[in-house]
Amino acid sequence: MSTVLSSYAATQPFPGVLPRAAAPSATPRRRLTHLQALEAESIHIFREVVSEFQNPVMLYSIGKDSSVMLRLAQKAFYPGKIPFKLLHVDTGYKFREMIEFRDRYAQELGLDLIVHRNEEALAEGANPYKLGTSRCCELLKTKSLLDALREGGFDAAFGGARRDEERSRAKERIYSVRDPRGQWDPKQQRPELWNLFNSRLAPGESIRVFPLSNWTEMDIWQYIHEENIPIVPLYFAKPRPMLVRGNQLISTEQEFVPRLPGEKEQTVMCRMRSLGCSPCTGAIRSTATTLPAIIEELVSFRRSERENRVIDHDQDGSMELKKRQGYF
Amino acid sequence: MLSSVMSAEEFLKAERNKDLLRLVTAGSVDDGKSTLIGRLLYDSQSVYEDQLVAMKKASERHFGNSMELALLTDGLRAEREQGITIDVAYRYFSTARRKFILADTPGHEQYTRNMATGASTADLAILLVDARRGVQPQSRRHAYILGMLGIRDLVVVINKMDLVDFDQSIYEQLTSEFSAIVEPLGFAKVQYVPISAAKGDNVVTRSDKTPWYDGPSVLEYLESVEVKRAEDEAAFRFPVQRVLRPTQEFRGYSGQISAGAVRVGDPVIALPGFRRSTVQSIVTWDGELQEAFAPQSVSITLADEIDISRGDTICAEQDLPSVATRMQANLIWFSDQPSETGRPYLIKHTSHLTTGTLKPVERLDIQTLQWRTADGFELNDVGVVELETARPLFFDPYRQSRNAGSFIVIDPAGNNTVGAGMILHAMEEGDSVAGLTATAQVWNLNGRQHRAELLEATLRGRGLAVVSLLSWEEKAAHLLLAAGFQVVVLHAPGDIGRQLSGASDEEAVQGVLQELQGLG
Repeated sequence: MSTVLSSYAATQPFPGVLPRAAAPSATPRRRLTHLQALEAESIHIFREVVSEFQNPVMLYSIGKDSSVMLRLAQKAFYPGKIPFKLLHVDTGYKFREMIEFRDRYAQELGLDLIVHRNEEALAEGANPYKLGTSRCCELLKTKSLLDALREGGFDAAFGGARRDEERSRAKERIYSVRDPRGQWDPKQQRPELWNLFNSRLAPGESIRVFPLSNWTEMDIWQYIHEENIPIVPLYFAKPRPMLVRGNQLISTEQEFVPRLPGEKEQTVMCRMRSLGCSPCTGAIRSTATTLPAIIEELVSFRRSERENRVIDHDQDGSMELKKRQGYF
Repeated sequence: MLSSVMSAEEFLKAERNKDLLRLVTAGSVDDGKSTLIGRLLYDSQSVYEDQLVAMKKASERHFGNSMELALLTDGLRAEREQGITIDVAYRYFSTARRKFILADTPGHEQYTRNMATGASTADLAILLVDARRGVQPQSRRHAYILGMLGIRDLVVVINKMDLVDFDQSIYEQLTSEFSAIVEPLGFAKVQYVPISAAKGDNVVTRSDKTPWYDGPSVLEYLESVEVKRAEDEAAFRFPVQRVLRPTQEFRGYSGQISAGAVRVGDPVIALPGFRRSTVQSIVTWDGELQEAFAPQSVSITLADEIDISRGDTICAEQDLPSVATRMQANLIWFSDQPSETGRPYLIKHTSHLTTGTLKPVERLDIQTLQWRTADGFELNDVGVVELETARPLFFDPYRQSRNAGSFIVIDPAGNNTVGAGMILHAMEEGDSVAGLTATAQVWNLNGRQHRAELLEATLRGRGLAVVSLLSWEEKAAHLLLAAGFQVVVLHAPGDIGRQLSGASDEEAVQGVLQELQGLG
């Protein structure tokens, strides 16, 4: 009765029992590359959320991170279909090429896509030049997102944010609990250990889930390259009409973008490093027309990808303030 | 970095072969952790120009200093106001050989939970010690928690060597003091490095100020260390996250392999139902695989249609996990509310959620590293607990497998994660049954009564606890297995439990004995 037996690992196969695979010692060392390891982790997160929440949704922003997230979701549920809806919060000021790409790709993959706009604010002429970027984002992005999540009754929303993007994001959990108003309290984050996620919520609470938390910008580009993932053509360099202000290249797709006296559009070889609203997302001068060229450019870059976003550096720590208010 | 002689294609090819090392940093307040990380990022050229400009601006504003590297990593407003780090932050950098994910964890006593969080997924830990202040109570606590969380490789960095004139005797005294502390904590390897994070000595490149030190710089070590994970060698475990039924024809089980490897054709048993089958296919979006291993996320189809749902675990037939409702575990408590003995908490273990109660056994006094009796655990307490669960857990000890041996404790009222546990072993039931649970098994006799009687008598004769069931009853079997009994079932469906083979009854029973004896 008191004999202590260890596990079966070291024993001979049970005589006559079903044939056994080759002994583990005979196999080569098994190791995943960093992209395979990241992929496996992200797929695990997708499956866990879909199993433990009633009504998840994926925030689809049309950018490169969303494209990767979409591919990972396809992989997570293959050979089944993606078992949740996609939500695009359309500010009304996204680049035209983004919208074209969104509609074409959604149809090609048979995605269940919801597009939400704050029509009321748009009808009143909300734009960043009239209201300032901060107020404009609050109305067209944050409020619009919170309204859409409430209307859809979603209890979990996947987002493509990465921890390497910005300092306050470096401390974000993979499951980020939001109060009934969608707000984030950095001091009340749940400890997150191993791959065990706590999916318990109080009524009215919801979570944001970030399956790409551990991916870097370089990982995203390498994955897009290796997997042949379609992305919006704005990421590739070509001659585009731009207003040139010092280092900034500003699109004039929206007519309300004011010209300085005597200012004219110039044709500049350029591309977008990250995508957002056309008036607030600057282009960068570039000749990178292929993925390897983009990656090569990235390696030589010494500027972070969000630098061309006007919203992040309104003030020091501005992203954290937006997140506390409910911004993704 | 992409050098001028390397094409983008060559660069991508090299990148493809990089692996991933996860590490955690720990140390007391002001040991210079954030500075070390800032230095690793800065010197490995992982900091962008605009971030540097922002850091320099903030440095001047807060510290009157033009290069406060710690500001590269201290993210939140509250901590910038206090000048300290208050939450775990993840950093990413890469070198020509590896990609790194670094969990930067705070040094305050009240934030132990964040260190445990960072350590739970790390392969390696860097522990900082201030050369001027020596080994602090916090350093001991951190070393202890890192060991408890299963870190195998520890790098002890003696920082601020510039402030003690790179004095070899101070370094040697600290390393010998620290060796005594970490010796019993179960690390497979401990490396010591004398550095100055602020000045950059021995961080990325070796310093000429420490000619008496002939070891690697911190980054050289991180790049070259061969990390072994317990899960790589362990038996196959596949906690089912989801049953996938996209069509009538396809029934797959999705999950992330938590330990070991599996090949098409492998015999497996699904727990807790004890249903036996073989692996028919390993399905991924990128095509079917012949073999898969931890930590891959895959879907598995089986040759037989058996009842498996989320929370079940598919295991190697020859090597099953332990089953128990009462276990001893290490526990870290995260909540302001002390733990309550006997109160039901939610227990999440792999993809399985059940309820359980906690009974404190011992608490570690971190000042003296002595064990003391405990009535309850308070915020940041570390200790040993008896866990009793409503439904049995199928687990491997945490030392063998982090994923199959860990659980989190959730407060069912507030929904917070209040504790984290690492299972040591199944509890003894009273004083009669000891430790048999690791090999407790279900033997399916296919209605052969004489063979069943012979097996029962033989096993009992060898001192094993045996119970025979006339027919298969899953609940009863679980209770018996949890108590360490060998369960002999006379009439069970063909896919339940282990079958005996052999022409005669004697031969069949001898086969069982041989197997059990082989276990030692």
